[in-house]
Amino acid sequence: MIRESMLHADDSCFRQVVPAGDYFIHTVLKGQTVRILDLAGNQAADTLFYSASNPTERYSAIDTIREQGNVYLTTGTMLLSSEGNPMLEIVADTCGRHDTLGGACATESNTVRYGLHTQCMHACRDSWMLAVAEHADMGLSKRDITHNINFFMNVPVTPEGGLTFADGISDAGKYVELEAKMDVIVLISNCPQLNNPCNAYNPTPIEVLVWNP
Amino acid sequence: MAKMLYENRMPGGTHWSLEMKQGTTLKLIDQEGGANVGMLFYNPQNPLERYNAPDTLKCQHTFKLTQGHCLYSDMGRIFCSIVDDTVGWHDTVGGNLSKAKLREKWQERTYQEARNDWTLSGTDSFLVELAKYGLGKKDLAANLNLFSKLVVAEDGALQFVEGNSQAGDAISLRFEMDTLVVFHTCPHPMNPAPAYPKKPVIYQLWQADPVTADDECMNACAENQRGFQNNERYLAGCHTGACCS
Repeated sequence: MIRESMLHADDSCFRQVVPAGDYFIHTVLKGQTVRILDLAGNQAADTLFYSASNPTERYSAIDTIREQGNVYLTTGTMLLSSEGNPMLEIVADTCGRHDTLGGACATESNTVRYGLHTQCMHACRDSWMLAVAEHADMGLSKRDITHNINFFMNVPVTPEGGLTFADGISDAGKYVELEAKMDVIVLISNCPQLNNPCNAYNPTPIEVLVWNP
Repeated sequence: MAKMLYENRMPGGTHWSLEMKQGTTLKLIDQEGGANVGMLFYNPQNPLERYNAPDTLKCQHTFKLTQGHCLYSDMGRIFCSIVDDTVGWHDTVGGNLSKAKLREKWQERTYQEARNDWTLSGTDSFLVELAKYGLGKKDLAANLNLFSKLVVAEDGALQFVEGNSQAGDAISLRFEMDTLVVFHTCPHPMNPAPAYPKKPVIYQLWQADPVTADDECMNACAENQRGFQNNERYLAGCHTGACCS
Protein backbone atom coordinates (compact mmCIF):
# COMPACT_ATOMS: atom_id res chain seq x y z
CA MET A 1 0.00 0.00 0.00
CA ILE A 2 1.38 3.36 -1.01
CA ARG A 3 1.82 5.73 1.91
CA GLU A 4 4.02 8.79 1.85
CA SER A 5 6.09 9.85 4.82
CA MET A 6 5.60 13.03 6.82
CA LEU A 7 9.31 13.17 7.67
CA HIS A 8 11.72 15.63 6.07
CA ALA A 9 15.29 14.77 5.19
CA ASP A 10 16.50 17.99 6.86
CA ASP A 11 15.23 16.73 10.21
CA SER A 12 17.05 13.38 10.04
CA CYS A 13 19.78 12.61 12.58
CA PHE A 14 21.78 10.38 10.24
CA ARG A 15 22.14 9.96 6.52
CA GLN A 16 24.54 8.01 4.37
CA VAL A 17 24.73 7.26 0.67
CA VAL A 18 25.61 3.62 -0.04
CA PRO A 19 27.18 3.09 -3.49
CA ALA A 20 26.20 0.01 -5.51
CA GLY A 21 28.22 -2.99 -4.41
CA ASP A 22 28.92 -1.62 -0.91
CA TYR A 23 27.48 -2.73 2.38
CA PHE A 24 25.84 -0.66 5.10
CA ILE A 25 25.81 -1.61 8.78
CA HIS A 26 24.33 0.60 11.49
CA THR A 27 22.39 0.23 14.71
CA VAL A 28 18.93 1.81 14.77
CA LEU A 29 17.40 2.34 18.20
CA LYS A 30 13.89 1.44 19.28
CA GLY A 31 11.52 4.24 18.27
CA GLN A 32 13.78 5.59 15.53
CA THR A 33 12.61 5.55 11.93
CA VAL A 34 14.88 4.42 9.12
CA ARG A 35 14.28 5.21 5.45
CA ILE A 36 15.88 3.35 2.57
CA LEU A 37 15.80 5.56 -0.50
CA ASP A 38 16.16 4.29 -4.06
CA LEU A 39 18.13 7.22 -5.49
CA ALA A 40 18.23 6.27 -9.18
CA GLY A 41 15.48 3.61 -9.42
CA ASN A 42 15.13 -0.19 -9.69
CA GLN A 43 17.97 -0.86 -7.28
CA ALA A 44 17.76 -3.84 -4.92
CA ALA A 45 18.59 -3.24 -1.26
CA ASP A 46 19.25 -6.71 0.19
CA THR A 47 18.59 -6.21 3.88
CA LEU A 48 18.98 -8.19 7.10
CA PHE A 49 18.02 -7.13 10.63
CA TYR A 50 19.35 -8.39 13.98
CA SER A 51 18.42 -7.67 17.56
CA ALA A 52 21.27 -5.42 18.70
CA SER A 53 21.22 -6.94 22.19
CA ASN A 54 21.24 -10.54 20.94
CA PRO A 55 22.05 -10.98 17.25
CA THR A 56 21.01 -14.65 17.45
CA GLU A 57 17.53 -13.17 17.20
CA ARG A 58 17.15 -11.93 13.64
CA TYR A 59 14.74 -11.12 10.85
CA SER A 60 12.80 -14.17 9.75
CA ALA A 61 11.31 -14.07 6.27
CA ILE A 62 9.27 -17.22 6.76
CA ASP A 63 7.75 -16.14 10.09
CA THR A 64 6.97 -12.68 8.71
CA ILE A 65 5.30 -14.06 5.59
CA ARG A 66 3.28 -16.67 7.47
CA GLU A 67 2.07 -14.44 10.29
CA GLN A 68 0.91 -11.64 8.00
CA GLY A 69 -0.54 -14.20 5.58
CA ASN A 70 1.03 -12.54 2.56
CA VAL A 71 4.29 -12.96 0.67
CA TYR A 72 4.75 -9.27 -0.19
CA LEU A 73 5.92 -6.54 2.18
CA THR A 74 4.47 -3.04 2.24
CA THR A 75 3.00 -0.36 4.57
CA GLY A 76 1.62 -2.03 7.66
CA THR A 77 3.80 -5.13 7.46
CA MET A 78 5.37 -6.04 10.79
CA LEU A 79 8.78 -7.62 10.32
CA LEU A 80 9.11 -10.51 12.77
CA SER A 81 12.21 -12.03 14.31
CA SER A 82 13.18 -15.69 14.50
CA GLU A 83 11.71 -15.59 18.01
CA GLY A 84 8.39 -14.27 16.72
CA ASN A 85 8.95 -10.74 18.11
CA PRO A 86 8.17 -7.52 16.21
CA MET A 87 11.43 -5.98 14.94
CA LEU A 88 10.31 -3.14 12.68
CA GLU A 89 7.08 -1.97 11.10
CA ILE A 90 6.87 -0.58 7.59
CA VAL A 91 5.24 2.83 8.18
CA ALA A 92 5.64 4.40 4.74
CA ASP A 93 6.21 2.98 1.28
CA THR A 94 6.08 4.77 -2.07
CA CYS A 95 6.98 1.63 -4.01
CA GLY A 96 4.04 -0.58 -3.00
CA ARG A 97 5.58 -4.01 -2.76
CA HIS A 98 8.87 -5.52 -1.66
CA ASP A 99 10.19 -9.07 -1.94
CA THR A 100 11.35 -11.39 0.79
CA LEU A 101 11.25 -14.71 -1.11
CA GLY A 102 14.01 -14.26 -3.65
CA GLY A 103 17.03 -14.11 -1.35
CA ALA A 104 20.32 -12.48 -2.19
CA CYS A 105 22.72 -13.05 -5.03
CA ALA A 106 25.91 -14.94 -4.26
CA THR A 107 28.89 -15.80 -6.44
CA GLU A 108 27.88 -19.44 -6.11
CA SER A 109 24.21 -19.03 -6.99
CA ASN A 110 25.19 -16.69 -9.83
CA THR A 111 27.00 -19.62 -11.46
CA VAL A 112 23.74 -21.58 -11.38
CA ARG A 113 21.46 -18.73 -12.47
CA TYR A 114 23.58 -16.95 -15.04
CA GLY A 115 26.41 -19.31 -16.06
CA LEU A 116 29.62 -20.72 -14.62
CA HIS A 117 31.58 -17.76 -16.06
CA THR A 118 29.98 -15.43 -13.46
CA GLN A 119 31.79 -17.18 -10.60
CA CYS A 120 34.09 -14.28 -9.74
CA MET A 121 31.60 -11.43 -10.21
CA HIS A 122 30.73 -9.32 -7.16
CA ALA A 123 27.57 -10.45 -5.35
CA CYS A 124 25.53 -9.48 -2.29
CA ARG A 125 26.74 -12.33 -0.13
CA ASP A 126 30.33 -11.14 -0.63
CA SER A 127 29.34 -7.72 0.70
CA TRP A 128 27.81 -9.34 3.77
CA MET A 129 30.88 -11.54 4.29
CA LEU A 130 33.08 -8.44 4.27
CA ALA A 131 30.67 -6.62 6.58
CA VAL A 132 30.72 -9.37 9.23
CA ALA A 133 34.50 -9.70 8.91
CA GLU A 134 35.11 -5.96 9.28
CA HIS A 135 32.63 -5.53 12.13
CA ALA A 136 33.55 -8.43 14.41
CA ASP A 137 32.32 -6.29 17.35
CA MET A 138 28.76 -6.76 16.08
CA GLY A 139 29.06 -10.47 16.83
CA LEU A 140 27.91 -11.63 13.40
CA SER A 141 29.30 -14.38 11.17
CA LYS A 142 28.25 -16.38 8.13
CA ARG A 143 26.00 -18.40 10.44
CA ASP A 144 23.87 -15.27 10.82
CA ILE A 145 23.47 -14.58 7.13
CA THR A 146 19.97 -15.76 6.34
CA HIS A 147 16.90 -15.27 4.17
CA ASN A 148 16.69 -11.49 3.59
CA ILE A 149 14.40 -8.74 2.34
CA ASN A 150 14.91 -7.33 -1.15
CA PHE A 151 13.59 -3.81 -0.87
CA PHE A 152 12.46 -2.46 -4.28
CA MET A 153 12.45 -5.92 -5.89
CA ASN A 154 9.37 -7.37 -7.58
CA VAL A 155 9.13 -11.17 -7.42
CA PRO A 156 5.54 -12.24 -8.19
CA VAL A 157 4.29 -15.73 -7.31
CA THR A 158 1.55 -17.20 -9.51
CA PRO A 159 -1.40 -19.24 -8.16
CA GLU A 160 0.03 -22.24 -10.07
CA GLY A 161 3.24 -22.07 -8.06
CA GLY A 162 5.50 -20.19 -10.48
CA LEU A 163 8.04 -17.60 -9.37
CA THR A 164 9.17 -14.79 -11.64
CA PHE A 165 11.61 -11.93 -11.39
CA ALA A 166 9.59 -9.18 -12.97
CA ASP A 167 10.68 -5.72 -13.99
CA GLY A 168 11.10 -3.41 -11.06
CA ILE A 169 8.21 -1.28 -9.85
CA SER A 170 10.49 1.14 -8.11
CA ASP A 171 11.76 4.41 -9.52
CA ALA A 172 14.16 7.21 -8.68
CA GLY A 173 13.17 8.78 -5.37
CA LYS A 174 10.95 5.94 -4.15
CA TYR A 175 11.52 4.81 -0.61
CA VAL A 176 10.46 2.53 2.21
CA GLU A 177 10.39 3.64 5.83
CA LEU A 178 10.49 1.45 8.93
CA GLU A 179 9.97 2.18 12.61
CA ALA A 180 12.15 0.10 14.92
CA LYS A 181 10.33 -1.85 17.66
CA MET A 182 13.62 -2.90 19.27
CA ASP A 183 17.27 -1.86 18.93
CA VAL A 184 18.26 -3.40 15.61
CA ILE A 185 21.41 -3.82 13.58
CA VAL A 186 20.60 -2.98 9.96
CA LEU A 187 22.82 -4.80 7.47
CA ILE A 188 22.33 -3.93 3.80
CA SER A 189 24.10 -5.15 0.72
CA ASN A 190 23.41 -2.60 -1.98
CA CYS A 191 23.21 -5.10 -4.78
CA PRO A 192 26.04 -5.16 -7.37
CA GLN A 193 24.10 -7.47 -9.71
CA LEU A 194 25.22 -7.14 -13.35
CA ASN A 195 23.42 -10.22 -14.67
CA ASN A 196 19.77 -9.55 -13.94
CA PRO A 197 17.79 -7.35 -16.34
CA CYS A 198 15.63 -6.07 -13.42
CA ASN A 199 18.02 -3.16 -12.89
CA ALA A 200 18.90 -2.78 -16.58
CA TYR A 201 22.37 -4.13 -15.66
CA ASN A 202 23.07 -0.86 -13.91
CA PRO A 203 23.40 -1.04 -10.11
CA THR A 204 23.03 2.40 -8.53
CA PRO A 205 23.44 4.02 -5.08
CA ILE A 206 20.85 4.11 -2.31
CA GLU A 207 20.64 6.40 0.70
CA VAL A 208 19.79 5.52 4.29
CA LEU A 209 18.30 8.15 6.60
CA VAL A 210 17.39 7.89 10.30
CA TRP A 211 15.05 10.07 12.38
CA ASN A 212 14.73 10.23 16.14
CA PRO A 213 11.21 9.71 17.53
CA MET B 1 18.00 -52.76 -9.79
CA ALA B 2 17.80 -50.35 -6.88
CA LYS B 3 18.21 -51.90 -3.46
CA MET B 4 16.53 -50.86 -0.21
CA LEU B 5 19.06 -50.55 2.60
CA TYR B 6 16.90 -49.67 5.58
CA GLU B 7 13.38 -48.79 6.62
CA ASN B 8 11.99 -47.10 9.71
CA ARG B 9 8.83 -45.32 10.82
CA MET B 10 8.56 -42.02 12.63
CA PRO B 11 5.36 -41.42 14.59
CA GLY B 12 3.80 -37.95 14.21
CA GLY B 13 5.41 -35.21 16.29
CA THR B 14 8.89 -36.76 16.50
CA HIS B 15 12.35 -35.95 15.13
CA TRP B 16 15.50 -37.62 13.84
CA SER B 17 18.64 -36.91 11.80
CA LEU B 18 20.92 -38.94 9.60
CA GLU B 19 23.75 -38.55 7.14
CA MET B 20 22.96 -39.46 3.58
CA LYS B 21 25.85 -40.43 1.34
CA GLN B 22 26.08 -39.27 -2.25
CA GLY B 23 24.35 -41.90 -4.39
CA THR B 24 21.72 -42.90 -1.87
CA THR B 25 18.02 -42.08 -1.90
CA LEU B 26 15.76 -41.13 0.98
CA LYS B 27 12.14 -42.08 0.32
CA LEU B 28 9.48 -40.65 2.62
CA ILE B 29 6.00 -42.14 2.66
CA ASP B 30 2.94 -40.45 4.13
CA GLN B 31 1.41 -43.46 5.86
CA GLU B 32 -2.05 -42.10 6.72
CA GLY B 33 -2.34 -38.91 4.61
CA GLY B 34 -1.95 -35.31 5.78
CA ALA B 35 1.64 -35.72 6.99
CA ASN B 36 4.20 -32.93 7.26
CA VAL B 37 7.96 -33.40 7.33
CA GLY B 38 10.02 -30.38 8.38
CA MET B 39 13.49 -30.82 6.92
CA LEU B 40 16.87 -29.07 6.75
CA PHE B 41 20.12 -30.03 5.01
CA TYR B 42 23.76 -29.31 5.95
CA ASN B 43 27.14 -30.26 4.52
CA PRO B 44 28.66 -32.57 7.17
CA GLN B 45 32.15 -31.37 6.17
CA ASN B 46 31.18 -27.73 6.65
CA PRO B 47 27.80 -27.15 8.32
CA LEU B 48 27.98 -23.47 7.28
CA GLU B 49 26.87 -24.80 3.90
CA ARG B 50 23.15 -25.36 4.28
CA TYR B 51 19.84 -25.61 2.50
CA ASN B 52 18.90 -22.33 0.85
CA ALA B 53 15.20 -21.96 0.09
CA PRO B 54 15.49 -18.69 -1.91
CA ASP B 55 18.20 -20.11 -4.19
CA THR B 56 16.20 -23.31 -4.63
CA LEU B 57 13.09 -21.39 -5.68
CA LYS B 58 14.65 -18.73 -7.86
CA CYS B 59 17.11 -21.05 -9.62
CA GLN B 60 14.13 -23.07 -10.83
CA HIS B 61 11.58 -20.24 -11.16
CA THR B 62 9.19 -22.06 -8.89
CA PHE B 63 7.32 -21.52 -5.64
CA LYS B 64 6.34 -25.18 -5.24
CA LEU B 65 8.66 -28.19 -5.10
CA THR B 66 8.01 -31.49 -6.88
CA GLN B 67 9.58 -34.17 -9.08
CA GLY B 68 12.30 -32.76 -11.32
CA HIS B 69 13.36 -30.09 -8.84
CA CYS B 70 16.70 -29.95 -7.07
CA LEU B 71 17.30 -28.71 -3.52
CA TYR B 72 20.19 -26.24 -3.41
CA SER B 73 22.72 -25.21 -0.80
CA ASP B 74 23.84 -21.59 -0.37
CA MET B 75 27.07 -22.58 -2.17
CA GLY B 76 25.45 -23.17 -5.58
CA ARG B 77 25.44 -26.94 -5.13
CA ILE B 78 22.68 -29.51 -5.08
CA PHE B 79 22.13 -31.48 -1.89
CA CYS B 80 19.54 -33.73 -3.50
CA SER B 81 17.14 -34.12 -6.40
CA ILE B 82 13.44 -34.97 -6.19
CA VAL B 83 13.51 -38.03 -8.45
CA ASP B 84 10.02 -39.28 -7.65
CA ASP B 85 6.97 -37.58 -6.18
CA THR B 86 3.33 -38.64 -6.11
CA VAL B 87 2.25 -35.56 -4.11
CA GLY B 88 2.93 -32.79 -6.65
CA TRP B 89 3.47 -29.84 -4.32
CA HIS B 90 5.76 -29.39 -1.32
CA ASP B 91 6.27 -26.14 0.60
CA THR B 92 9.47 -24.37 1.60
CA VAL B 93 8.09 -20.96 2.63
CA GLY B 94 5.68 -21.66 5.52
CA GLY B 95 8.43 -22.15 8.08
CA ASN B 96 8.34 -24.10 11.27
CA LEU B 97 6.01 -24.60 14.22
CA SER B 98 7.39 -22.59 17.14
CA LYS B 99 6.59 -23.39 20.76
CA ALA B 100 4.58 -20.15 21.04
CA LYS B 101 2.57 -21.01 17.92
CA LEU B 102 1.96 -24.52 19.20
CA ARG B 103 0.56 -23.15 22.49
CA GLU B 104 -1.58 -20.61 20.64
CA LYS B 105 -3.02 -23.11 18.14
CA TRP B 106 -3.28 -26.47 19.80
CA GLN B 107 -2.35 -26.18 23.47
CA GLU B 108 0.83 -27.74 24.68
CA ARG B 109 0.64 -31.26 26.09
CA THR B 110 3.71 -31.72 28.25
CA TYR B 111 5.74 -34.85 28.59
CA GLN B 112 4.84 -34.90 32.30
CA GLU B 113 1.14 -35.25 31.53
CA ALA B 114 1.10 -37.04 28.18
CA ARG B 115 4.37 -39.01 27.96
CA ASN B 116 4.91 -40.04 24.32
CA ASP B 117 1.66 -38.43 23.31
CA TRP B 118 3.08 -34.98 24.11
CA THR B 119 2.99 -32.20 21.54
CA LEU B 120 6.43 -31.15 20.40
CA SER B 121 7.18 -28.03 18.34
CA GLY B 122 9.08 -28.16 15.08
CA THR B 123 11.57 -25.61 16.38
CA ASP B 124 12.40 -27.66 19.48
CA SER B 125 12.69 -30.74 17.28
CA PHE B 126 15.21 -29.06 14.99
CA LEU B 127 17.16 -27.63 17.93
CA VAL B 128 17.46 -31.06 19.58
CA GLU B 129 18.79 -32.67 16.40
CA LEU B 130 21.07 -29.73 15.51
CA ALA B 131 22.65 -29.74 18.96
CA LYS B 132 23.88 -33.29 18.31
CA TYR B 133 26.21 -31.80 15.68
CA GLY B 134 27.25 -28.68 17.60
CA LEU B 135 24.71 -26.56 15.74
CA GLY B 136 22.01 -24.28 17.12
CA LYS B 137 19.61 -21.39 16.57
CA LYS B 138 22.03 -19.54 14.32
CA ASP B 139 22.01 -22.52 11.97
CA LEU B 140 18.25 -22.61 11.49
CA ALA B 141 17.18 -21.65 8.00
CA ALA B 142 13.93 -21.61 6.02
CA ASN B 143 12.99 -25.28 6.01
CA LEU B 144 11.20 -27.68 3.72
CA ASN B 145 7.68 -28.77 4.63
CA LEU B 146 7.31 -31.96 2.65
CA PHE B 147 3.74 -33.09 1.88
CA SER B 148 2.35 -29.59 2.65
CA LYS B 149 0.99 -27.12 0.11
CA LEU B 150 0.74 -23.33 0.32
CA VAL B 151 -0.71 -21.29 -2.52
CA VAL B 152 -0.39 -17.58 -3.19
CA ALA B 153 -3.21 -15.45 -4.59
CA GLU B 154 -2.55 -12.61 -7.01
CA ASP B 155 -2.45 -10.08 -4.18
CA GLY B 156 0.14 -12.17 -2.35
CA ALA B 157 -2.26 -13.77 0.17
CA LEU B 158 -0.97 -17.08 1.43
CA GLN B 159 -3.22 -20.09 2.00
CA PHE B 160 -2.67 -23.61 3.36
CA VAL B 161 -4.33 -26.26 1.17
CA GLU B 162 -5.82 -29.19 3.07
CA GLY B 163 -5.84 -32.73 1.71
CA ASN B 164 -2.69 -32.21 -0.36
CA SER B 165 -1.13 -35.56 0.49
CA GLN B 166 -2.99 -38.87 0.64
CA ALA B 167 -2.20 -42.13 2.43
CA GLY B 168 0.64 -43.84 0.55
CA ASP B 169 1.89 -40.71 -1.19
CA ALA B 170 5.68 -40.59 -1.33
CA ILE B 171 8.64 -38.41 -2.29
CA SER B 172 12.13 -39.68 -3.10
CA LEU B 173 15.25 -37.54 -2.60
CA ARG B 174 18.40 -38.71 -4.38
CA PHE B 175 21.48 -37.25 -2.71
CA GLU B 176 24.04 -35.68 -5.02
CA MET B 177 26.56 -34.99 -2.23
CA ASP B 178 27.05 -36.19 1.33
CA THR B 179 24.36 -34.44 3.39
CA LEU B 180 23.31 -34.18 7.00
CA VAL B 181 19.50 -34.44 7.02
CA VAL B 182 17.63 -33.08 10.04
CA PHE B 183 13.90 -33.76 10.03
CA HIS B 184 10.75 -33.94 12.10
CA THR B 185 7.13 -34.99 11.72
CA CYS B 186 5.62 -32.03 13.58
CA PRO B 187 2.67 -30.33 11.89
CA HIS B 188 2.90 -27.45 9.45
CA PRO B 189 2.41 -24.18 11.37
CA MET B 190 -0.50 -23.20 9.10
CA ASN B 191 -2.37 -26.50 9.37
CA PRO B 192 -5.92 -25.52 10.45
CA ALA B 193 -6.66 -28.92 12.08
CA PRO B 194 -8.58 -28.43 15.36
CA ALA B 195 -6.21 -30.76 17.25
CA TYR B 196 -2.43 -31.19 16.89
CA PRO B 197 -2.18 -33.59 13.93
CA LYS B 198 0.06 -36.61 14.60
CA LYS B 199 0.84 -38.13 11.24
CA PRO B 200 3.41 -40.92 10.96
CA VAL B 201 5.95 -41.08 8.14
CA ILE B 202 7.87 -44.10 6.90
CA TYR B 203 11.35 -43.41 5.62
CA GLN B 204 13.46 -45.75 3.53
CA LEU B 205 17.09 -45.60 2.45
CA TRP B 206 17.81 -46.90 -1.04
CA GLN B 207 20.89 -47.37 -3.13
CA ALA B 208 20.33 -44.87 -5.95
CA ASP B 209 20.63 -45.69 -9.62
CA PRO B 210 23.55 -43.82 -11.20
CA VAL B 211 22.73 -40.42 -12.70
CA THR B 212 22.55 -40.80 -16.47
CA ALA B 213 22.93 -38.16 -19.18
CA ASP B 214 19.15 -38.04 -19.67
CA ASP B 215 18.40 -37.53 -15.96
CA GLU B 216 15.08 -35.71 -15.44
CA CYS B 217 16.26 -33.49 -12.57
CA MET B 218 19.60 -32.58 -14.13
CA ASN B 219 17.91 -31.63 -17.41
CA ALA B 220 14.85 -29.92 -15.98
CA CYS B 221 16.45 -26.53 -16.71
CA ALA B 222 19.84 -25.09 -17.65
CA GLU B 223 20.23 -23.95 -14.04
CA ASN B 224 20.11 -27.55 -12.78
CA GLN B 225 22.66 -28.64 -15.38
CA ARG B 226 25.00 -25.99 -13.99
CA GLY B 227 24.16 -27.03 -10.42
CA PHE B 228 25.21 -30.57 -11.27
CA GLN B 229 28.42 -29.19 -12.82
CA ASN B 230 29.12 -27.37 -9.56
CA ASN B 231 28.66 -30.64 -7.67
CA GLU B 232 31.02 -32.38 -10.10
CA ARG B 233 33.67 -29.73 -9.46
CA TYR B 234 33.18 -30.02 -5.71
CA LEU B 235 33.33 -33.80 -5.70
CA ALA B 236 36.42 -33.78 -7.93
CA GLY B 237 38.26 -31.81 -5.26
CA CYS B 238 36.70 -33.76 -2.44
CA HIS B 239 37.64 -37.17 -3.84
CA THR B 240 41.31 -36.30 -4.08
CA GLY B 241 41.41 -35.86 -0.31
CA ALA B 242 40.50 -38.09 2.61
CA CYS B 243 37.16 -36.49 3.41
CA CYS B 244 34.93 -38.69 1.26
CA SER B 245 37.04 -41.84 1.08
